[in-house]
Amino acid sequence: MLRFVARRLVSGAVLLLVISLLSYLLLSIPDNDVGRQLLGQSADQSAVDARNAALGLDRPVLVQYFDWLAHAVRGDLGTSWFTSEDVTQTIANRLPVTISLMLGVTLVTAVVSFLLGVWAGVRRGAADRFVQVLGVAGYALPGFLVTLILVLVFAVKLGWFPAIGYTPIEESPGGWLSTITLPVASLSVASVAGVSQQVRGAVIDVLRQDYIRTLRARGLSMPRIVFKHVLRNASAPALVLLGLQFIGLLGGAVLVEQIFGLPGIGGMTVSYTARGDVPVVMALVMLTVVGVVLINLLTDILIGWLNPKARVS
Amino acid sequence: MSTASPQHEALLSLRDVHVSFPGRRRRARTEVLKGIDLDVRPAETLGLVGESGSGKTTIGRAILGLVPVASGTVTFDGERIDTATAARRRALSRDLQVIFQDPYTSLNPSLTIGDTLAEPLIAQGGEARATRARIAALLDRVRLPADAAHRLPREFSGGQRQRIAIARALALRPRLIVCDEPVSALDLTTQRTILDLLLEIQEETAVAYLFVSHDLSVVRTMSHRVAVIHEGRIVETGEAARVTEAPEHPYTRTLLLSAPVADVAEQRRRRARRAAAAAAESAPSPDC
Amino acid sequence: MSEANRGVWGVDPPQGTRMSESVQGAAAARRRGAFRRLLRNPLGAASLLLLALLVLAVALAPVLAPQGPQTASLGDAFAGASGAHPLGMDSAGRDILSRILYGGRNTLGGAVLSVAIALLLGVPSGLFAGYYAGKFDSAATWVANLVMALPAMVVLLASRAILGSNPWILMIVLGFLVAPQFFRMVRGIVADVRGEPYVDAARVSGLPDVRIVARHVLIVVRGPVIIQVALVAGLAIGLQAGLEFLGVGGGATATWGAMLNEAFQNIQRAPILMLWPGLALGATSGALVLLATALRDALEDRAGTPAAARPAERRAAGEAEAGVAGGERAQLLSIRGLAVAYARPDGTDAEVVHGIDLDVRPGEIVGLVGESGSGKTQTAFSVLGILPDGGRVSRGSIIVAGQEVAGLPEKRHRRLRGTTVAYVPQEPMSNLDPAFTIGSQLVEPMRHVVGLSRKQAAERALELLRMVEIPEPEQVLRRFPHQISGGMAQRVLIAGAMSCDPELLIADEPTTALDVRVQADVLDLLRRLQAERGLGVLLVTHNLGVVADLCDRVAVMNEGRIVETGATDRVLRDPQDPYTRRLLDAVLDDAPPRAPWRPVEARSETA
Repeated sequence: MLRFVARRLVSGAVLLLVISLLSYLLLSIPDNDVGRQLLGQSADQSAVDARNAALGLDRPVLVQYFDWLAHAVRGDLGTSWFTSEDVTQTIANRLPVTISLMLGVTLVTAVVSFLLGVWAGVRRGAADRFVQVLGVAGYALPGFLVTLILVLVFAVKLGWFPAIGYTPIEESPGGWLSTITLPVASLSVASVAGVSQQVRGAVIDVLRQDYIRTLRARGLSMPRIVFKHVLRNASAPALVLLGLQFIGLLGGAVLVEQIFGLPGIGGMTVSYTARGDVPVVMALVMLTVVGVVLINLLTDILIGWLNPKARVS
Repeated sequence: MSTASPQHEALLSLRDVHVSFPGRRRRARTEVLKGIDLDVRPAETLGLVGESGSGKTTIGRAILGLVPVASGTVTFDGERIDTATAARRRALSRDLQVIFQDPYTSLNPSLTIGDTLAEPLIAQGGEARATRARIAALLDRVRLPADAAHRLPREFSGGQRQRIAIARALALRPRLIVCDEPVSALDLTTQRTILDLLLEIQEETAVAYLFVSHDLSVVRTMSHRVAVIHEGRIVETGEAARVTEAPEHPYTRTLLLSAPVADVAEQRRRRARRAAAAAAESAPSPDC
Repeated sequence: MSEANRGVWGVDPPQGTRMSESVQGAAAARRRGAFRRLLRNPLGAASLLLLALLVLAVALAPVLAPQGPQTASLGDAFAGASGAHPLGMDSAGRDILSRILYGGRNTLGGAVLSVAIALLLGVPSGLFAGYYAGKFDSAATWVANLVMALPAMVVLLASRAILGSNPWILMIVLGFLVAPQFFRMVRGIVADVRGEPYVDAARVSGLPDVRIVARHVLIVVRGPVIIQVALVAGLAIGLQAGLEFLGVGGGATATWGAMLNEAFQNIQRAPILMLWPGLALGATSGALVLLATALRDALEDRAGTPAAARPAERRAAGEAEAGVAGGERAQLLSIRGLAVAYARPDGTDAEVVHGIDLDVRPGEIVGLVGESGSGKTQTAFSVLGILPDGGRVSRGSIIVAGQEVAGLPEKRHRRLRGTTVAYVPQEPMSNLDPAFTIGSQLVEPMRHVVGLSRKQAAERALELLRMVEIPEPEQVLRRFPHQISGGMAQRVLIAGAMSCDPELLIADEPTTALDVRVQADVLDLLRRLQAERGLGVLLVTHNLGVVADLCDRVAVMNEGRIVETGATDRVLRDPQDPYTRRLLDAVLDDAPPRAPWRPVEARSETA
């Protein structure tokens, strides 16, 4: 088990290295004269050159990359070219918002999807059709359109929640809850639609298995069989999807944070990438890859626990 | 053993054939066939009997080129075929054919019977009119109505589908057919009619069969000679009567005594003999 | 799933509900009708019509639109609907209808571009990887998983930093990002088909790979790919609109996403601005998903959803009817006039067992013999009360240890299972839950059915494994099902059946899946258990040898009826019914071995 985790972490680190190099090279392709952009069209060429040199942009790309890497492994992701903010610090300040958003959505998705999926898969009939329609609807509507509709109804028309802004949890838990509710709800719609379908399908599959009939023949009650055996066997495929959804949320967070004006990672992505602020973009890419590697590792461990056949070691 | 048929030239010969499959997750390769020697003569049926996992199916697949041979040689009609190129392999299908166990998965459910039967003919460059005539003749040979050509496999029962599979194998007038458990998925009464059909066809066409099965009584009625395979090795080969009535190898003896017969008194005797044999060996059951 | 189905029905499924065929829901012959079925499905027809109208309207934008998408008259900002501007004006005084029509060109065009790129990349690579496996497959799967794992929105934003904000280039990138959706689906299907014996048969027929792919593989992939196109197009439109909403790509061009953004800026002042672009986007994306759903239904040939599986009605069996069938009734198991019926989708019933009588006395082993589809398994399931969904005892009486179970409510029937009547299944491996240890599966019923303590149950589990002659039982208790052999798994299942001390054991082909040597051992075990405990056993089998080995009496079943019952020796020696005789004639035990081979001189040319 430990060896498995270690191996995965090492391969994750290699992946991180490869992607960082590729991204750095790709990001250096467009000929952005950063010094010129910073100082404006009227600035003196020598001042522009001096500014570029100060940012280290006069050196060959590979040298720039290894310099960046040397700092990055020590936790120093550099400073933004355009705002001179410390990138590590900025990310550290904004990360909790995005993380709480994503954890909230994942929690809501897991609970609601499993309830709906098991209900539909076991009861079939009308319950099943209801969940299927829900799935189609959730899949059919683009996520940010759902967000806009929720804002329009619950913030603008009904005024139950603020349409914009964020209250940190340490300031006021109630305020935090009211600012986070709509963002979480709007991201959950699509996730629930997808995962509940998966759970439903898996439950139906497991219920058809021979061992379910044998368990019934042993005199066990259906609720017991469903909650112990069916759930355990049906949750592995759902977990894989949940893991993928969690990663997909990084993208969803961009839109939702933008719409609700949340001070998270997603909200900053748009403006910094538009300007080609390499240190910030690199930091965001690295953060994404780390997230992906960790989530996949976590999913695999959970699946190994659920399904002894897939277990490594 | 050098050759099992010294006095007559074999149609198909396997010499010291090894096949292994890659292990899962970096584990060592598992050797499924550990040096197989076999001969099948023209118009002969060689029965190959063994338990699940013994490698009996793999032998058939190795002959057909569906799994690679790690070492050893497979010779057909004097030509070495284990190293044949893809093109040569395709040409060999004129002579080497197969009937699989499962009549449900061995026919493409979305192709009509006619399309399925045409497949080998087209592959060998047959022209349309001759192909149609040949399909009609084949359906007639396996006693299916001519209009079967326009229907889909799902309209047929297991036994009928197996007839279709036989017709497909016969299409190119092969000299050897690998029959891989051809009746195991069928009901008892259907099984008998399919076996009779295979015997009839052999009488008529002098085709040779490699008849793979787990069922000794089926193998015995079908085969001139029987080879017993256990854990990737042939443990005993001989005339059908000799192997099934006076087995030499202890494994063959256990196999024979283990299969129950539909006769109460006889089965009671067998049970006693099996118990005695087990007590004599006093070895634990290999299953546990 | 299909295997389970077959087991459940115990019948040769007429439609061959096998994996391969369900994969091939889009079979060729059914395909001809598929388009017609799609049109007949109201959802399919409506979404198809809507999409056609959208495409037409967008294509004819220059003709239909009242003015250019950028023509603005600031004075008319936020103007309501009027004759000249049927949808009103936006915050900059531009005509909304014109912007929707022109914007749709970008949206639909972009989606087409992305899907085309994804198809071009995903389908051929998926075909190749699935068919040839090997190194290309591992590499391509690794790349696909990596790309799938990346959040598309973040990658698109990052690639804008590299490639600039040309919307068409971003759509190409999006095509790359969704290509794995096609790759994984195609690869999976092809890998499944690749393992099918009919593909092996085609290879043995001498068909080159290209033609095998064309004949056997493409046909299976086609349907799912069409469905996926609709889904991916919906996805692409959503992502694209999201980007435009963020102000990425497009700039001044009219797009639905940009219009939504503009509406969002004015959400307090004129929320109505969100209506039309939102509707256009939602309708397009929704129509695509609905079309995909309808396509799937059409290809799977289930235009009308089958009638919801009726909850197994438990009509109380008529007591009077039960009395009709004569004969003295056995104490342990007595079946009179039992019929089992399944509800068909159209609401009628299909009867698979047509009124049978059967008795098992304490300490007696009765064989129930028949071929597939004879109804023997249905009879066994009726006694246990575990008929699959849609099946029910339609008439007759089943008395188990003095209690009538036909029409018994599930809860009370359940109390008999395990403790009075127990079950040994056919396939040892698929009948153990792969996620739990042997020990936990043995202990569970003893704790929850009999109410033993954890410790007592654990001790008894150990005792049971010793009883079924499993060596090193302590270790086996801790193992998972996949870590033991089939023969051992069958012993575990027998131990499980015995765990709550039943009086009647129903064994459904308990040795059919086993090798002969293991079969002989398991038969010995069953004989010993029966003798030691005075069990009554109903042994369902197709093997007359097994019957001769174990059974005191035998009932021969054919097409839902029992044709002959009697002492085993008598029935096997002197069968009265023609069907029994035919069955015995097919047995090869007494057939002579084939005579030795003689050389054949000439090979006949006729076949």
